[in-house]
Amino acid sequence: MNNIFTTELKKLFSVFTEMGEAVSAQIEQATESYISHDKAAAQSLVQQDNSINTNEVDLEKQALTLMTLQQPVADDFRHVITILKASSDLERIGDHATGIALETIRVKGSQRNKDVETDIAALTVMIRTMLKEALAALQSFDMQSAQAVANQDQDVDAKFDQIRRDITAAIQVDPSVAEAGASYLMVTKLLERIGDRIVNLAEEMVYNQTGEIVELNQGRLHPNG
Amino acid sequence: MSIILETKDVHLSYGKKEALHGVNLDFEDNSITALIGPSGCGKSTFLRCLNRMNDLIPNTTITGSFQFHEREIYASTIDLVELRKQIGMVFQQPNPFPFSVYENVTYGLKLTGHSDRKFLDEQVERALKQAAVWDEVKDNLNKSAMSFSGGQQQRICIARLLAVQPDIILLDEPTSALDPISSAQIETTLLELKKEYCIIIVTHNLQQASRIADRTAFMLNGNLVEYDNTSKMFTNPEKQDTSDYLNGKFG
Repeated sequence: MNNIFTTELKKLFSVFTEMGEAVSAQIEQATESYISHDKAAAQSLVQQDNSINTNEVDLEKQALTLMTLQQPVADDFRHVITILKASSDLERIGDHATGIALETIRVKGSQRNKDVETDIAALTVMIRTMLKEALAALQSFDMQSAQAVANQDQDVDAKFDQIRRDITAAIQVDPSVAEAGASYLMVTKLLERIGDRIVNLAEEMVYNQTGEIVELNQGRLHPNG
Repeated sequence: MSIILETKDVHLSYGKKEALHGVNLDFEDNSITALIGPSGCGKSTFLRCLNRMNDLIPNTTITGSFQFHEREIYASTIDLVELRKQIGMVFQQPNPFPFSVYENVTYGLKLTGHSDRKFLDEQVERALKQAAVWDEVKDNLNKSAMSFSGGQQQRICIARLLAVQPDIILLDEPTSALDPISSAQIETTLLELKKEYCIIIVTHNLQQASRIADRTAFMLNGNLVEYDNTSKMFTNPEKQDTSDYLNGKFG
């Protein structure tokens, strides 16, 4: 394939990587604002999401132009498709992070549960590690890392189940935590959904490398497992 | 981007049969324009009008305006050798003269009175480098140009044309006789050359047009159907005929 394609593809990957870093920071800041009850920080995050959405649209336009004018095939075709799909997943991850920021703004009641909030912070660390490794795997074409990222999602799902049980137990002990509890459930679920999207990134990496469409999400393979 | 060549209402007839029915096209400097369309649509005929290559075909009538540097190409005062120096052409089959590479590239210069060896040496190197074939032929400049591969021969022909420093380069399906690697080399060369020249290329290879052309003109049955930026043309053409042709539904 010619030099124009190679140069443009590099640019696409570079914009995609920047988008990944921005989304990772967005998750961290959203959860931090949630745990520290910082509505101002959350408000600013909601506004930032617009720029991530704009990036995703730009990336999509560039990828489509590359497809139309350069008409790549084989591995070059897979690279462009991978960026198209992965940028869409990143954009949705950004939306979920914004959901957490919106929850920070919305939540009322001062009765909180410190243990659950600590667990949400721990879940956030797990999610961000997964995202970092998924983005690195996409860059380095590392198949084993892709599988490892998918495996981590099982830990995320287990943590989600544990937090959900803890929230229910906390509400049973002290019903005044109920309002915060509902919010905790919402935020934890959003984090768990982000985990699923990161598994998509790992699946896209496998497609990028092999052309195979795979399902690495163990939760989806065994919904009751 | 400035317009270097502007044509208006171009009609061409071979005897009683009209092959071009009023084509209006302008060409920008420092860009690549692709002419596409099915066989017999008139794109090569139109291209050959641009440096009066149709003059030698008997019973040919050409009307319309061809403004190049604010001069009419078909004016009786135009010096054809000078015109073809400024508007050079590369053909489908590489057609080097049966001389050495050096003699091929200096042919046009000698024709215009240059004989200084140092000047000729410099121009040969410049032209062959611009045509991206210098590294492959520099040690064999005295070898027959015919002894090189098809792709190399085509780039030697491009160098022969560049030696006389044209303004416009016309290419009539320059890669259709070449393998994919040689074609890619020619495309890369053209993308470099457009920084200094106006390039107009007739091609049957739609992917080639989409890859390298800034603007694309689609012709059908002697008419210009659509002329637009290549990205617009290949993404969302205005005319259904254009879309059908690009999708291989006819032609």
